[in-house]
Amino acid sequence: MLDVRKIDTYYGQSHVLFDVSLSLRQGEIVGLLGRNGAGKTTTMKTVGGMLRPKKGTILFEGEDVTGRKPFQLVRRGICYVPDDRRIFSDLTVDDNLGIVYRRTREWDRERVYDLFPALREIADRRAGVLSGGEKAMLAVGRALMSGPKLLLLDEPTEGLAPLIVRALEEQILRLKGAGISILLSEQNLKSSLRLIDRAYIIDNGRIRYQGTAKELENNDEIQRMHLMI
Amino acid sequence: MDFAANLFSTGTLSQILVGLSRTTILFIVSSGMSLILGVLRIPNVAHGSLYMIGAFVAWTVIQFLGGGLFAFLAALVVAPLIVAAVGFVLERGFFSYLYEREHLMLLLLTFSFALILGDLVKIVWGPEYRSVTVPAFFQGSAEIFGLPLPWYNLFLLIVGPCIAVFLWLVINKTNLGKIARAAAVDGEMVGAVGINVGWIFAFTFVLGSFLAGLGGALIAPMVNISLGMDHSLIMEAFLIVIIGGLGNMWGALLGSLIFGLTQSLGILVWPQFGIAFPYLAVVAVLVVRPRGLLRSTW
Ligand SMILES: Nc1ncnc2c1ncn2[C@@H]1O[C@H](COP(=O)(O)OP(=O)(O)OP(=O)(O)O)[C@@H](O)[C@H]1O
Ligand SMILES: [Mg+2]
Repeated sequence: MLDVRKIDTYYGQSHVLFDVSLSLRQGEIVGLLGRNGAGKTTTMKTVGGMLRPKKGTILFEGEDVTGRKPFQLVRRGICYVPDDRRIFSDLTVDDNLGIVYRRTREWDRERVYDLFPALREIADRRAGVLSGGEKAMLAVGRALMSGPKLLLLDEPTEGLAPLIVRALEEQILRLKGAGISILLSEQNLKSSLRLIDRAYIIDNGRIRYQGTAKELENNDEIQRMHLMI
Repeated sequence: MDFAANLFSTGTLSQILVGLSRTTILFIVSSGMSLILGVLRIPNVAHGSLYMIGAFVAWTVIQFLGGGLFAFLAALVVAPLIVAAVGFVLERGFFSYLYEREHLMLLLLTFSFALILGDLVKIVWGPEYRSVTVPAFFQGSAEIFGLPLPWYNLFLLIVGPCIAVFLWLVINKTNLGKIARAAAVDGEMVGAVGINVGWIFAFTFVLGSFLAGLGGALIAPMVNISLGMDHSLIMEAFLIVIIGGLGNMWGALLGSLIFGLTQSLGILVWPQFGIAFPYLAVVAVLVVRPRGLLRSTW
């Protein structure tokens, strides 16, 4: 459903992504793995429309969506969840969910609260005061309100306590069960093995390897060369 | 001794009330400026020109309808709407193309529009000043605690809080207002949840312009409507927004109160130098709180 073809992305003069290609089928969770500064966020932001590739094309469900703005992509079904969450800290939890553009009636606040019951209890709290785990859940919940077909989750479990990581992973698997495709970035393989079907490894802005989770798990050399272990 | 005698004379209270009613107009205009500054991040130098246009349009509407209470009330509605329309054209036609550019560019553009709008006013209304008489309905004075207060000032004292409540409701209770608040802090992320931020910016600019126009229409019966009435106001509005905290609506209210009250009390205490008092108050506030009294969105 997503087909990224040979994109190059720059920040001003500095060339960060080189010839990045990747694809993702309906209902898959695909990992985008790489070290600090490898280019994961840059790739995701390019797919999400926050950055514009200088070269290459991005196809979504067969349609060329290269160069569209983030809000247009959300309306098309692609939603990016940033690694630093960027929830609207001045608004309440409920309003963070409430202001999102809703593509379909399938997702509403009730359904998000059912997925993350902890959020229901703090619905009226100002989002700025939430804990790290609550912010992570809210960021995912907020994206779900838009009724995405493809979620771009950028290090969703970064900086969370192990117990909370486990809980969040459960929810992510449930999203997969609900038919949402997910591109998920992580720094190491271990933390994403429970979730992903396949993975791409990115290093210095280039895709270095692709394979199924199994193949990758057994390939120590690739892991040592390109990932944090 | 003189100062003290002045300060505690019976005129003090009515002077405060007159000062407060002037505060109303400062608040309405500067809240519009603060809104635009907070959400669009534009220090809109042309805001004073929009206020001036509001006053001139109010004059025209009142002339056209032949004066009287109805004409005046119509002007209070029509003038802000026309100014809002001007704001819409400015935002969609020019500013919207520059948000991703440097702030200096935007500042220069607003400055050039202040000049252009000033010239347009000169072309449309001519260089001579105009005046609007207070409708008969508002002539004379009310008695407040046994002191006379002109009806029109009392009217302003009622309008001010109404506008504050209206703005509070728009900003805190409507979806549009909530989105605008989110956009003030993180516009890119608002786009990333599917919202077309461009329209939020347009809405904010139009609302801000509406408030400038309303301020101009409300001041029309109190001053000579003239070219150049934008100059002093834009200075005052900027200072108010700065001492209140950039982009903070309650800051605009607080700043207007400080500005308006120190002015009217200053004139009581020391008539020759009364006008200097608000500026001294601004300096005092900035020495103590350089980033303004309330939390800035910048
Ligand atoms: N705004 C920017 N301007 C210039 N260079 C940038 C900018 N953001 C990122 N970079 C550079 O682009 C490269 C890739 O960064 P990116 O954020 O995509 O990495 P990442 O894989 O997400 O890393 P992390 O795991 O730390 O989040 C890095 O070398 C970084 O220094
Ligand atoms: Mg990153």
